[in-house]
Amino acid sequence: MAEDTDPNAPWITFAGIAPAAITAALFVWFLGHAPTIAAGGSIRWAWDWIPSLQVTLSFWLDGLSLMFALLITGIGALVMLYAARYLAGHKQFARFALYLFLFMLSMLGLVLADNLIALFVFWELTTFTSYLLIGFSHADPKSRRNALQALLLTAAGGLALLAGFILLGLTQGTFEISVLNAGGSLAGSAWYLPILILVLLGAFTKSAQVPFHFWLPNAMAAPTPVSAYLHSATMVKAGIYLLARMHPSLSGSEVWLWTLTLFGGVTTVFASIMALRQIDLKQTLAYTTLMALGTLTMLLGGSSGYAITGAMAFLFVHSLYKAALFLTIGLVDHATGTRDADVLGGLARVMPITALAAALAALSMAGIPPFLGFIAKEVAYSGATGSPLWPLVILLALAANALMVAVAAIVAWRPFFGPQGRLPRVPHEGPWAMLLGPVILAVLGLAFGLLPGLAALIIEPAVNAVMGTPDTGGRLKLWAGFNLPLLLSVVTLALGAVLYLRHQTLRERIARLEARGPDFDAGWDRLLEHFMAVAKGQTRIIQTGRLRDYMFVTFGVLLAAIVSGLLARNVGGLELALAGLSVREWGVAGLIVAGTVATLLTSSRVTAIVALGVVGIGVALIFIIYSAPDVAITQLLVELLIVVLFAVAALKLPMLDREGVQRHRPLDAVLAVGVGAATTVVLMLVTQAPFDRRLTEFFEASSYPDAHGRNIVNVILVDFRTLDTFGEIAVVVVAALGAYALLKGGRSLVRRSGDAAEEENK
Amino acid sequence: MSWLLVFPIAIPFATAVLAYLWRNGAEGKWISLAGSIGSLIASGLLMSAVLREGVIAGQMSNWDAPFGITLVADYLSAVMVVITAITGLATAIYAMGEIEARLERLGYHALFQVLIAGVTGAFLTGDLFNLYVWFEVMLIASFGLLVLGGSKAQLDAGIKYVALNLISTLVFLSGIGLLYGLTGTLNMADLRGAVAAVENQGLVTVIAMMFMVGFGVKAAVFPLFFWLPASYHTPSFAVSAVFAGLLTKVGVYALMRMFTLVFVGDVGFTHEILIWVSVLTMVTGVLGAAAQTDFRKILSFHIISQIGYMTLGLALFTPLALMGGVFYLVHHIIVKANLFLVAGVAQKLTGDTDLNRIGGLYKSSPWLAALFIVPAFSLAGFPPLSGFWAKYLIVMASIELQAWVITFFALLVGLLTIFSMTKIWGMAFWKPHPDGIEPVPERIPAAVRIPMMIPIVGLAAMTVGIGLFPEPFVQFAEVSAAQLLSPTDYVDTVLGVRGMAP
Repeated sequence: MAEDTDPNAPWITFAGIAPAAITAALFVWFLGHAPTIAAGGSIRWAWDWIPSLQVTLSFWLDGLSLMFALLITGIGALVMLYAARYLAGHKQFARFALYLFLFMLSMLGLVLADNLIALFVFWELTTFTSYLLIGFSHADPKSRRNALQALLLTAAGGLALLAGFILLGLTQGTFEISVLNAGGSLAGSAWYLPILILVLLGAFTKSAQVPFHFWLPNAMAAPTPVSAYLHSATMVKAGIYLLARMHPSLSGSEVWLWTLTLFGGVTTVFASIMALRQIDLKQTLAYTTLMALGTLTMLLGGSSGYAITGAMAFLFVHSLYKAALFLTIGLVDHATGTRDADVLGGLARVMPITALAAALAALSMAGIPPFLGFIAKEVAYSGATGSPLWPLVILLALAANALMVAVAAIVAWRPFFGPQGRLPRVPHEGPWAMLLGPVILAVLGLAFGLLPGLAALIIEPAVNAVMGTPDTGGRLKLWAGFNLPLLLSVVTLALGAVLYLRHQTLRERIARLEARGPDFDAGWDRLLEHFMAVAKGQTRIIQTGRLRDYMFVTFGVLLAAIVSGLLARNVGGLELALAGLSVREWGVAGLIVAGTVATLLTSSRVTAIVALGVVGIGVALIFIIYSAPDVAITQLLVELLIVVLFAVAALKLPMLDREGVQRHRPLDAVLAVGVGAATTVVLMLVTQAPFDRRLTEFFEASSYPDAHGRNIVNVILVDFRTLDTFGEIAVVVVAALGAYALLKGGRSLVRRSGDAAEEENK
Repeated sequence: MSWLLVFPIAIPFATAVLAYLWRNGAEGKWISLAGSIGSLIASGLLMSAVLREGVIAGQMSNWDAPFGITLVADYLSAVMVVITAITGLATAIYAMGEIEARLERLGYHALFQVLIAGVTGAFLTGDLFNLYVWFEVMLIASFGLLVLGGSKAQLDAGIKYVALNLISTLVFLSGIGLLYGLTGTLNMADLRGAVAAVENQGLVTVIAMMFMVGFGVKAAVFPLFFWLPASYHTPSFAVSAVFAGLLTKVGVYALMRMFTLVFVGDVGFTHEILIWVSVLTMVTGVLGAAAQTDFRKILSFHIISQIGYMTLGLALFTPLALMGGVFYLVHHIIVKANLFLVAGVAQKLTGDTDLNRIGGLYKSSPWLAALFIVPAFSLAGFPPLSGFWAKYLIVMASIELQAWVITFFALLVGLLTIFSMTKIWGMAFWKPHPDGIEPVPERIPAAVRIPMMIPIVGLAAMTVGIGLFPEPFVQFAEVSAAQLLSPTDYVDTVLGVRGMAP
C-alpha cells in the first residue's frame, strides 16, 4: 500500500471533500424533518418504477427510517472527512471515495425504501459496494478472499431474502411495506413460517448472527474508515433494520420470539468472549460489534415497549460510540503503526484529544452513568425482565454487558493510560480532520445521556414505528429509581472490572478453548474446496475432450428421447406389411444393408467409402422405384462425387486407429442399432397414417398454369420455395469460401488424427 | 410490408458479397460496418412496424401460405432480429480493431455477415424447412469463422463443433420429415392446427422429443452442450462474442417457437422433461464454469448455465415464466457478448486469457474494470442491472407455481454465478500481474483500442439502461409471452385470415 501513496499530495481534493459535504447536507436535510416525524408524522414519496411488476420506487420517512438516515448521513459525513485525511495521497482514493459515497446512498435507499423489491435492490447494492471496499487493498490475497467471503455469504442470504420477499408479496398481494405492516401480524398465515425463515436468513447473514458471523471480523481487512462506517455503524445493522422494519408483520409468534432470542443470545455471548480473546484492537472492536448485533436481535425478539425501546436506544448509542472507537483505533494505528493491544500504552500524553474521545466513547460503551450507553442498558434490562423468556435473556445480557465493560477498558484504557511497549513509530496527535469525527460522536454519547429528552426525540418515533402502535414513551431516563435494572447494572460493572483485571489470563484460556472449538472460517474454506472438487469432478466426467464421447452421449440422448416418448405415450400398433413388397424392393433393401455392413466391417478407408457409396446408390434406386428420376439422378451424382473425392483424400490420411476404435465398438454398435431401430419405428408409424396431400395437390395444380414450369420439383426449387434454394446456394458458396480460406490460410491441417482430440483441455 | 421482413436478411447477404469483393483492402471492414448499420436500421423499421401493427407476415415469391415460404415477425421475432443487429453492429465495430488483415483477406467479414443473415433468417422464418436452411447457413458460416485462423486448437474445436451440430441438424431434419409425413405441411402456423388434428397424438409427442433433442443441441442444454465449451474459447474474440450472444439463442428461440406454437398437446410430458433438463443445464453449466481458470472458458460454461434459465421460462409455461424467458434471452445476448468483448481487451492488455497468468487490470485499467463489472454482475443477477430483473421474473414464476426445488436451484445458480464472475474479477482485475506487467490501456494502439472499446461501452450502457428502466422491456416481454401462449394472431396473420390487404 505504501508505494500507492504519494505523501506530498494534498488531502483537500474534490474526491476528499465533495462526498463529505453532500452527505453533511443530506444530514441537515433529514434533521430538518425530525420535528415533523417526532410529532408523529411521516413523509412518503413514490415513483412507479415497474408498474407491471408492482415494483415502485417508494420512500417512506418515518421514525425508524429517520433514525437510520440520521446515523447514515451524520456518521457518513464524519467518516468521509476522516477518510479523506486517512487515505490522503492514496492513488486509488478517488475510487474509494466513490464506493463509500455510493454505499452511503445505497444504505439510505435501503432504510427509506417502502417497497420490498426496491429495498432488496438497495440491500444488494450495499453488499456490492461493501465487496469493493473490503477488497480495497486488492493486491493482498487475504483482502480478496475476505471480500469474496463477505460477498458470497451476504449474497446467499440476500437470495433467500429475495425469495421471502417474493413469497410475501405474492401471498399478501402487496409489495409495499407500509401496507403490509398496517395489516398487522402475519403469524396466522399459512405462509408465515417459510416467509419468516427466508427473511431471517437474509437478516442474519447481513447482520452476522452465529453461525453466519465469521465474515464480519474478516471484513476488517478494509481500511479503518470502512470498518467504522459499514461494518459497525451502518451496513451490518441493515439486518437489524429489516427485523425492526418487519416487526409489525412478522413478530407476534413463538417462533419469532425463540429464534431471535436464541440466535441473538448465542451471538452476543460468543462474540463478547471472542472479543476478549483478540490482540488486534480492531478485531476486538469487530467482535464487540458482533456482540451488539446479537443483543439487538435478542431484544427485537421481544415485543414489549421496553424491549423495543431498549433495542432502538442501544442501536443508536452503539452506532455513536462504536464508530468513535473504530476511528480512534484508526488514529492510533495511523500514529503508531500498530494495533497490538499488548504493545500500545501511555498514548494519552501525546494524543490527548484522541484519548479523550476514546475514553468518552468507552464509558458510553461500558454503560456508565450519565452516558447514553447507561440509559440504553437500563432500558434493555427492563425489556429483558419483561421478556417471556426473562431468565435466559437476563443471563445472556448480563454476561455480554459485563464482558463489554472489560472490552471497553481494553480498547480505551490500556492504549492511552496503560504501560507502553515498543512502538514501530513515534506517535503524534492526529490531524483535525480525523479528530473531528470521533470527538463529535463521543461527545454526543455524553450529551444525549445528560439530555435524554433530546435523544428521545429521535429514538421514540423509531420505537413507535417498530411497535406499529404509538408507545407510551418516557422510558429514556437517566434516573429511573432503585429497581432491578439498576441492580443489574451494578453487578455488570463489578463483573466487568473483574474480567478486565484478569483479561490477559482469560485471553490465553479462551485461545485454548477456541483451538478446540469449531473453526467457522476454516470450515468456509473447506466448503469452497469441496465445492471446487465437485465442480471439477463433474466437469471432467462431462467434458472429456473426446469427440467420440460427445457423439455417443448425443446419440444416446436421442435414443432415450424417442424411446421415452414411445413408451410413455400410446402410439398405436405397428403393422408390418412386408407381404406387399416385390423382389425388386427386397433386392434394393439387401443392397443397402450389405453396403452398410461392409462399411462397418472393413478396416480400409477406401473400402468403407466405396461401400458407403453402394448404400447411396441403393437410396437412388429407391427414388427410381418411386418414380422420382430427377431426384435419383441428383443422388447418384452426389454419391459418385463424394466417393471419388473422399477416395482421393483418404490416400493422404493416416491409417485408422484400430485399437482405439475397437474398444468402444460393441457399445457403439448397440447404440447405433438402437437409434436406427427407434427412428425406423417412428418412421413406420408415421407412414401408417394416411398422408395429407394438400400441398402436393396444390403444386400439381399450379405448377404449370401459375408458375409456368412443367417439372414440379424444379418449380418447387426455384419458385414455390425459392428462399430455401437461395439459402442452400449460400451454404454451398460459403463452404467453398471456407475451404479455400482453410487451404490458403491454414497451415498444417490434420497431421495426426489422434492428437487433435486432446486439444480442448489444454 | 414484406420488404420489411426481407431487408434484415437481404442486407447482410449483400454486405457479405461486397465485403468479399473488397476483402483485400481496408474497404472490407467499412463495408461490413455500413452493412451492419443498415441491418440495424432495417430491423428497427421492422420493430416499429410490429409495435404498430402487431404480427406481420410476408409470403415469399407471392405464394400464399402454406404453399410457399412465409416470413413472419411477432414481438419475439422482432426483438430477436433487433438484438441480432445490435450484436452484429457491436462486433463489426470491434472487429475493425481486432481482426488482422490476414483474416480479412480470407473473407472474415463476408463469413460474419452471412452468419448474421442466417441468424436473422432463423428468427424470421415461419416455415419449418426454411428454418433448417437457416440453421445450415449459420452452421457453415460459423464453422468458417471458427477455423479461419487455422490453428490446431481451432481445428480441433471446429471438428467437434461441426460434428455435433451436424447431428443436431440431422435430427432436426428427420423431425421435419416425420412431421411432414404426419401432417402434410411445413408452415409453422399451419402446423399448429394440423398437429392438433393428428389422431395419433402419442406419435406427435415422440416427434416433439426429437425436435427437443435437435434444438437442444443448438441451444446447448444438458447433456447436449459439449460442442460449446469445446469451441468457444478458440476463435477471435469478435467471433466468440457473436457466437456467445447469438448462436445458442437461435436454439432457444426455436424451442420457444415450436413448443408454444406447435407442440403444446402434451405439455405435461414434454415441458415437464424440459423443466428438469433446464435445471440440470443451469447446475452443470455453473459447476463447469467454477472449474475453469480461463477467462473465456468460464464465460462459455456460463452461457450453458444461463440457457437453463431461458428454457426454464419456456418449460414452466406460464405467462410470467415465458415473460421471464423472453426478457432473459434479450438481456443475456447483450451481456454475454459484451463479456467476451471485454475478455478480448483483457487478453490484449495482459497477454493471455489464463487467469493464473494475468492480472493487474483493476489498478492500471480502471475503466475496463468498470466495464467488466457491469455485464459481469448483471450476469450474476445483481440489481439494479438487467440480469436481476431477468432472474427475478424466473424466480417469481417458480414461486408462483410453488415449485420450490426449481426456485432453490434458480437462486443457488445465481449465487454460483457470482462466484465465478468474482473469480475473473479477483484474478484478472484485482490480483497484480504475476509478471509485474502494468496492463495500461496504452499497451494497445489507439487504432485498435478505440474500435474495441466503443461496443463495450455501448453494450454496458444498454445493460444499465435496461436495469434502471426495465418497464418498457418488461411490458414488451409480457406481450411477447402472451403472443406465444395464444398465437391466434400469429396463425391468422400467416394463413391470411387477418391483415392480408394487398
